[in-house]
Amino acid sequence: MSSSNAAARIETGSAPACPAGGGKTWRLSGDILFHTAARIAAFIAVAVLFATVIAITADSWMAIKSFGVWRFLKSSEWNPVTQTFGAFPFIIGTLVSSAIAMALAVPVSFGTAVFIAEIAPSWIRRPVAGAIELLAAIPSIVYGLWGLIVFAPIFAQIEPWISQTLGEIPGIGLLFQGPPMGIGMLAAGIVLAIMILPYISSIMRDVFMAVPSSLRESAYAMGCTTWEVAWKIMLPYTRTAVIGAMFLGLGRALGETMAVTFVIGNSDMISSSLLMPGATIPSVLANEFTEATTRLYLSSLIYLGLILIAVTLVVRFLAVLLIRRLGSREGAST
Amino acid sequence: MNWVLARRRVVNAVSKILMGVATAVGVFFLLWIMWTTLRFGIAGMHWDLFIKDTPPPGTDSFGLRNAFAGSLILLGLSLLIGVPVGLMAGTWLAEYGFHSRTANTVRFINDIMLSAPSIEIGLFAYAIMVDPMKHFSALAGSVALAILMIPIIVRTTDEMLSLVGNDMREAAIALGAPNSVVITRVTWRAARAGILTGILIGLARITGETAPLLFTALNNQYFTTNVLHPIANIPVVIFQFALSPYTNWQQMAWAAAFITVLFVLVLSILARWLVDRVQVQK
Repeated sequence: MSSSNAAARIETGSAPACPAGGGKTWRLSGDILFHTAARIAAFIAVAVLFATVIAITADSWMAIKSFGVWRFLKSSEWNPVTQTFGAFPFIIGTLVSSAIAMALAVPVSFGTAVFIAEIAPSWIRRPVAGAIELLAAIPSIVYGLWGLIVFAPIFAQIEPWISQTLGEIPGIGLLFQGPPMGIGMLAAGIVLAIMILPYISSIMRDVFMAVPSSLRESAYAMGCTTWEVAWKIMLPYTRTAVIGAMFLGLGRALGETMAVTFVIGNSDMISSSLLMPGATIPSVLANEFTEATTRLYLSSLIYLGLILIAVTLVVRFLAVLLIRRLGSREGAST
Repeated sequence: MNWVLARRRVVNAVSKILMGVATAVGVFFLLWIMWTTLRFGIAGMHWDLFIKDTPPPGTDSFGLRNAFAGSLILLGLSLLIGVPVGLMAGTWLAEYGFHSRTANTVRFINDIMLSAPSIEIGLFAYAIMVDPMKHFSALAGSVALAILMIPIIVRTTDEMLSLVGNDMREAAIALGAPNSVVITRVTWRAARAGILTGILIGLARITGETAPLLFTALNNQYFTTNVLHPIANIPVVIFQFALSPYTNWQQMAWAAAFITVLFVLVLSILARWLVDRVQVQK
């Protein structure tokens, strides 16, 4: 469709030369102006990505020079008084909270996607799909408000029960001990999971629905159950895009700021328990940015932002690449 | 043999139930969050919210006028910056770039920008505007929000313009219309509902954005329309008031959250309605 569009345009591209008379030159220069404006706009849209990396690197240069790369990454001292800064607790906090979110959100998203694409009767499909997508429309600050004021107090009552059951298991029990505060790493992970669920499940749903019906129907004709069709036919066929959807969700979780800031508890101590407070790179940025009194403090915070960008850029790159791959394969086969 | 069959049946039944439960979990949390926002939001509603400015700490009055005005200014400025850039970039992709290597690279990078963490864009706006200008400003906030909405507009514009049939373009070209006239008078018009949808979705996305504003527009206790100074805005007010110990501040945070959610929902529903109309036309 679009390539024939291109062909038509190339054939007729020189057509504006047709009209004769005095209006011609004006029209042509207007044409060139329009084309140039469009080109500049496209350039801006793309350049922002590179400009972001450059500008943030420049602003964190002072901290990079003072602390180096490796030392900053592995140092867990974050002390504005002595002006020594290290990123380790925040890197751990970001990774752990996102890992919890992924562990919860991926299976639920898969279930939701298959339910909508394959199991649900058609009258229920649209409202449910719409409801899940609405989750993505709720601003993250509202998630944070809800998480802090409504969810955390209720979660604080569930936490003793978690400590008594999961906390008693030798080995991983350590992860679930501590005072029930409601806020902390686990609470942040749960809120993050709800937030990234719509992103992952809507892409999974779209690609599941795009699985050729001949493939699906032949599996059913062979006597496959719905589960077998979903797990052994649809999932392998859409594997790259599904992994891409997971990376997309991960990118969201790593960079999410407000919701996490509200419920993670904001502590730069590294704790072995998931029930204890922590901090992520975005949460420390949101909390301390306006309080940064010295240039080095500010630069160190921006340096944290640079680390986050480096990580999310890779994750987002993979996400877009993998999600697009399925589309191009489909295009090639039809 | 029968055992295998029975096991497959059980696995199937159990998995179907679990998938239903998974979906219910998502819907449950949506309803829970909506219900809380509605309940606390209505409880916090007060006429003074719209006519008075945010009260200083310790007083028990209400008011969000400066924040509402600030948010509207921020959103308006972002539209002013974001829509032309997004629209023209999307137009370039669909009408000039097609599927050339450059255009596909632009689409790829635009898709990466589509999921950029908003905090990253906030830091960027801080680096290029607040830092050189030496103070926080509404303008810097609008630039950050505009950058967040541009990728959405680019993508929808590109997609919607590609849906416009070539016969229309050819007819216009046959009449002797130059490229720019074909685009502005014919293809933009044909795709206007779709393009508007993209703008609405972009606006919905930036309405509740808080993180970038913390580094750019910050907050202001007073009413201002000066875009070169810090400006009060709803998201940052929610952030500060929710974490405060004062009950009237917390109530105001809920009221503000409720209005924000309502606004975003109206935009989303409007966008969906427009999309449905576009699909009916096809």
